Amino acid sequence: MHSFKIHHTIHSKENIQVAFSPEILDKVYKIIARYPDGKQKSALLPILHIAQEEFGGWLTTDIMDYVAGLLNIQPIEVYEVATFYCMFFTEKVGKYILEVCQTGSCAICGGDDMLNYLEQKLGIKAGQTTNDGLFTLLAVECLGGCGYAPVMQVNSEFQEHLTEEKIDKIIEELKNNKNVEKAKESKWVEKFF
Amino acid sequence: MGRKILLNNIDIPGIAGFDVYRKSGGYSSVEKALKTMTPDQVTEEVKKSGLRGRGGAGFPTGMKWSFLDKRTNNPRYLVCNADESEPGTFKDRYLMEKKPHLLVEGLIVSCYALGVNTCYIYVRGEFKYIIGILNKAIDEAYQNNFLGKDILNSGFTLDIYVHPGAGAYICGEETALLESLEGKRGNPRIKPPFPASKGLYDCPTVVNNVETLATVVPIINMGGEEYAKLGTGKSTGTKLISASGHIKNQGVFEIEMNISVEEFIFSDEYCGGMKNGKLMKAVVAGGSSVPILPASLILKTSKGENRMMTYESLADGGFETGTMLGSGGLIVYDEDSCIVRNTWNFTRFYHHESCGQCSPCREGTGWMEKVLWRLEHGDGRMHDIDLLTSIARKIEGNTICPLGDASAWPVESAIRHFKDEFEFHVKHPEIIKNIKHGNFQKYIL
Repeated sequence: MHSFKIHHTIHSKENIQVAFSPEILDKVYKIIARYPDGKQKSALLPILHIAQEEFGGWLTTDIMDYVAGLLNIQPIEVYEVATFYCMFFTEKVGKYILEVCQTGSCAICGGDDMLNYLEQKLGIKAGQTTNDGLFTLLAVECLGGCGYAPVMQVNSEFQEHLTEEKIDKIIEELKNNKNVEKAKESKWVEKFF
Repeated sequence: MGRKILLNNIDIPGIAGFDVYRKSGGYSSVEKALKTMTPDQVTEEVKKSGLRGRGGAGFPTGMKWSFLDKRTNNPRYLVCNADESEPGTFKDRYLMEKKPHLLVEGLIVSCYALGVNTCYIYVRGEFKYIIGILNKAIDEAYQNNFLGKDILNSGFTLDIYVHPGAGAYICGEETALLESLEGKRGNPRIKPPFPASKGLYDCPTVVNNVETLATVVPIINMGGEEYAKLGTGKSTGTKLISASGHIKNQGVFEIEMNISVEEFIFSDEYCGGMKNGKLMKAVVAGGSSVPILPASLILKTSKGENRMMTYESLADGGFETGTMLGSGGLIVYDEDSCIVRNTWNFTRFYHHESCGQCSPCREGTGWMEKVLWRLEHGDGRMHDIDLLTSIARKIEGNTICPLGDASAWPVESAIRHFKDEFEFHVKHPEIIKNIKHGNFQKYIL
């Protein structure tokens, strides 16, 4: 039976200081100012994206409480949103999240083969994280790359027309940390300005 | 070559930047509208153009605009729906990546027509890189006095902000999108009230698709009547089609709505025919939600007429023998494709994306997925086929938003046109269990 794991457990991380740096905080306030007075809750999705990225890739109660405080809303208003949208993680994930599309055109153009190959290569099943904490592999629904199938996203950046060779190269580069500069550019906080 | 009014100049290097875009005629519609037209005249041109919403529903844009409640003192909003998530559809992404200024230009003119001073573009979270591209374009527009206070000394003020989604198909439904923009879960609202009277922050709001708003630019440039001369009947103008699946040329094509489906799929100018010399088995013409049609019915209507790439022609015959243009997400299946498997795949998608508010959709999509799973794996019973139709009919029309209908139509149409294939799955489990995809189990975190 096809199964969906739905996680609603809320965790705390130890030894992580949950507070944005002054530079990022400044940008966060600029984002809040894009919505009318009293409607600061609108900034929740953009700020959760930034918080998730800044504080280790997944959301804990501490992080969500901190975001609630920034927006002057109740913590439950953050929890219910964080558990609704599939780009937010409330369970520990790896440094790189590999999301392989399994819907429609990707399904008929080899998306499942690419997922199987990644499962084999990384020695994990979809939904799991490698022991070294480097990769989380996920099977996901349509990413909007149907004409470039099969596609996956690595930390929300597209990788298209996948082949086994291309996957080998991507994994190799990630393991050797070759894309540090690109990773900086593709940070959420940079996308908003 | 068909006429291009959205994807024209797309190959000019640097067209995504302000300077090159401006030099190739960009932002002329803003100058024309703000300097020579009243807001009502702009709306009038859009009405004359016959433009219909390009997101999927095909509702006349000018009429939608005229519903906007202008009597209140509350601010009014225009929200651009860039939450493109319909399987098979990737045209808005392409347009925003290649010509972000075309969207910004369309937004300025549309906001002027609607008397809107604040506009949000809601972009799906997975299009993170597009958010960066749009913000850069918006920045350039501010620097050149096309955004901000007193645009081109016209006294018109406009701010545009980009807002990210976070992975939820349902947020493409306009009221779910507004909920999400307010920082909530994407649960569609009960209508009425419609967004035109109570939308974002309970203020009058228009929500339009990316392509719809971009099309306002050529409409203002050429005039509504000229635009309406393109295309046929009530399908005026051009349409972006996202083509994918088992075809030679996958990608986004702009077509004038006067060509046949056959020409679109088989001519070298567009899809270039089938990949690997195989035969065409079926086509989903307008994104995963619309009824799937077998090759014979997608090329010719039941009356034997050529099927055209228009709203009317694709819908000819109703759901019995027709389909819908929808979002223009065209997926082509070759002779080796398994329709049962594809139906299961789509149903899994809708089950995953159901927001869970309405029981028929929340429960029904899950049951259909389970039944299709066992059919696809050779564990089905003959009764399952009727069971699927029965579940689909109980979802259809019984939910707050159209996601319920969208989940039912692919199932109903697949059984209507490919019943023998479902029966084969029940009658020959030994074959079904031994094909390549016979044991397929995935986990989604």
